[in-house]
Amino acid sequence: MDDKLQKAVEALTNRCAAQTSEFRSDISLIVASEHLVEACQTLHEEFGYDVLAELTAVDYWPQQKPRFHVVYGLRCLQDNLFLMLRVPLDGNAPSLPTITTVYANANWFERELWDMFGIHIEGHPDLRRILMPYEWEGHPLRKDYPLGYEEVQFSFNFDEIDIRKPYAKE
Amino acid sequence: MLEQSNVTITGVSVDEVRHLISDRAPKGETVLLNMGPQHPSTHGVLRLLLELDGEIVVNCIPDVGFLHTGVEKNMEAKTYVKAAVMTDRLDYLNTVGNNLAYCLAIEKLVDLDVPPRAQAIRVILTELQRIASHLVWLGTHALDLAAMSVFLYCFREREHILDILEMVGGQRMMTTYIRPGGLWRDTPVEFEAAVRRFLDLFPARIDEYEALLTKNPLFIERTRNIGVLAKEDALHWGATGPILRASGVAHDLRKARPYSGYELYDFDIPSMTAGDTYARYVVRVEEMRQSVRIVRQALDKLPYGPVRSNNRKYVPPPRSEIGTSMEALIHHFKLWTEGFTPPVGAVYHAVESPRGELGVYLESDGSPKPYRVHWRTPSFVNMQVLPSLAKGRLVADLVALIGTIDIVLGDVDR
Repeated sequence: MDDKLQKAVEALTNRCAAQTSEFRSDISLIVASEHLVEACQTLHEEFGYDVLAELTAVDYWPQQKPRFHVVYGLRCLQDNLFLMLRVPLDGNAPSLPTITTVYANANWFERELWDMFGIHIEGHPDLRRILMPYEWEGHPLRKDYPLGYEEVQFSFNFDEIDIRKPYAKE
Repeated sequence: MLEQSNVTITGVSVDEVRHLISDRAPKGETVLLNMGPQHPSTHGVLRLLLELDGEIVVNCIPDVGFLHTGVEKNMEAKTYVKAAVMTDRLDYLNTVGNNLAYCLAIEKLVDLDVPPRAQAIRVILTELQRIASHLVWLGTHALDLAAMSVFLYCFREREHILDILEMVGGQRMMTTYIRPGGLWRDTPVEFEAAVRRFLDLFPARIDEYEALLTKNPLFIERTRNIGVLAKEDALHWGATGPILRASGVAHDLRKARPYSGYELYDFDIPSMTAGDTYARYVVRVEEMRQSVRIVRQALDKLPYGPVRSNNRKYVPPPRSEIGTSMEALIHHFKLWTEGFTPPVGAVYHAVESPRGELGVYLESDGSPKPYRVHWRTPSFVNMQVLPSLAKGRLVADLVALIGTIDIVLGDVDR
């Protein structure tokens, strides 16, 4: 591991009780959600991680508890380093603090988390759905959300299927 | 005068975006107006809700998602190789680059080697694709600013590149030519000559575009000091690609974290400090010249050899072996029915697309289907700077700003 990266990892381990794991030379730190903003601020202000490169979540339903892992990818342009933070999150009313105060572009990423996973972001300035229509129900990227399909209409059952087909009929 | 609760603008009540518009809108002092989703200057299906004071943009609220196709969810239901076809459809101007990002992520996940010839061809095709993408950008951007002819010239040259892609992959745009572990097949014999023909012709054509625009007073008037993005803001908003480089940060993943053998080639990272629309124009035009340099070097050094990894657990055997080797037949059958099973783990791999950092987050649970794929697309992130750039500018400048960010809506909405 790079020296500068090592220092950042040590700082987070001491201050935010982060656990380190490495896979294919990518370093991930597991951080509890209450330490998330502090961890981001530390990395941004002290270690020069100036760009939020990636923000997404993974749903481990039903195999694993806690249900979600939210993944943050932070990049330090000056030293050319990359670090991932993983925040485990319980499936019961999942909620996270916003990091838009540290990285402005977290705004849309966090809206996507809300839209796709139903993870509520506390303190977010504009928490609306972003990709799905605003009246949509459910959060599509959750594992308990079915993929769905479209029934093919043939001439003999066209009307029958048309009745229950979920699309605008006007 | 607008009544707050019962006014709707195509389905969305004003209440929902009340926190984004100024207090003057409900009083009727400013006008709320939709730009898009069907509008020639939004480069796709993008809707902008504008709050206008006369011709001045007070607030600009982008509304995206019209092209959302659930690619990430769909990929979870397909094997790794079958999911690759969907990657082309995200950013339809950078199809080869999307394939590359996805395949590099898989190769990182399973620790797969790629033969040097395949790597060099990958570089040639992604650089040609970068030129093609920048040509579409240049043509449409100039068209938005009322320079009609540039568009026609740009598309004329883009056609050469699409012909080359068709020659290697059988398709003009959605090639899926790059596969995990290498390429679909080797290039045809006429490939090298066709690329060289293009390389000989193209630099002079860039000069022609520049002759039309670079010193054109009308173009300069519409672009210089328009949409200035300071270095700090660019970083704060996480902008990447030409936008970041035009704001004074010479960051390019091809140099910073070389992949596919980019470290073998000699090229520059063009950057400017002005951070305005004109600077972004200069950076992108110069990038096309650098891409020509890279392609020429890659072609000169193009090694001979296989174009697919020999690791039969992940890459199907050549057709010729299937008739003679039982093992090859079994591998072929297993790979095309069940698919390969990577180890458990998560990787993030990013490449430099024409628009910036294109990252793939890939997580495997040890099954033949990806457990989670996330596309960190450059357009999605870069789009977020638009409201701050547009604030206080004219509507006419907004058209220039959409063009200069170089968004592809398929890339934004996934």
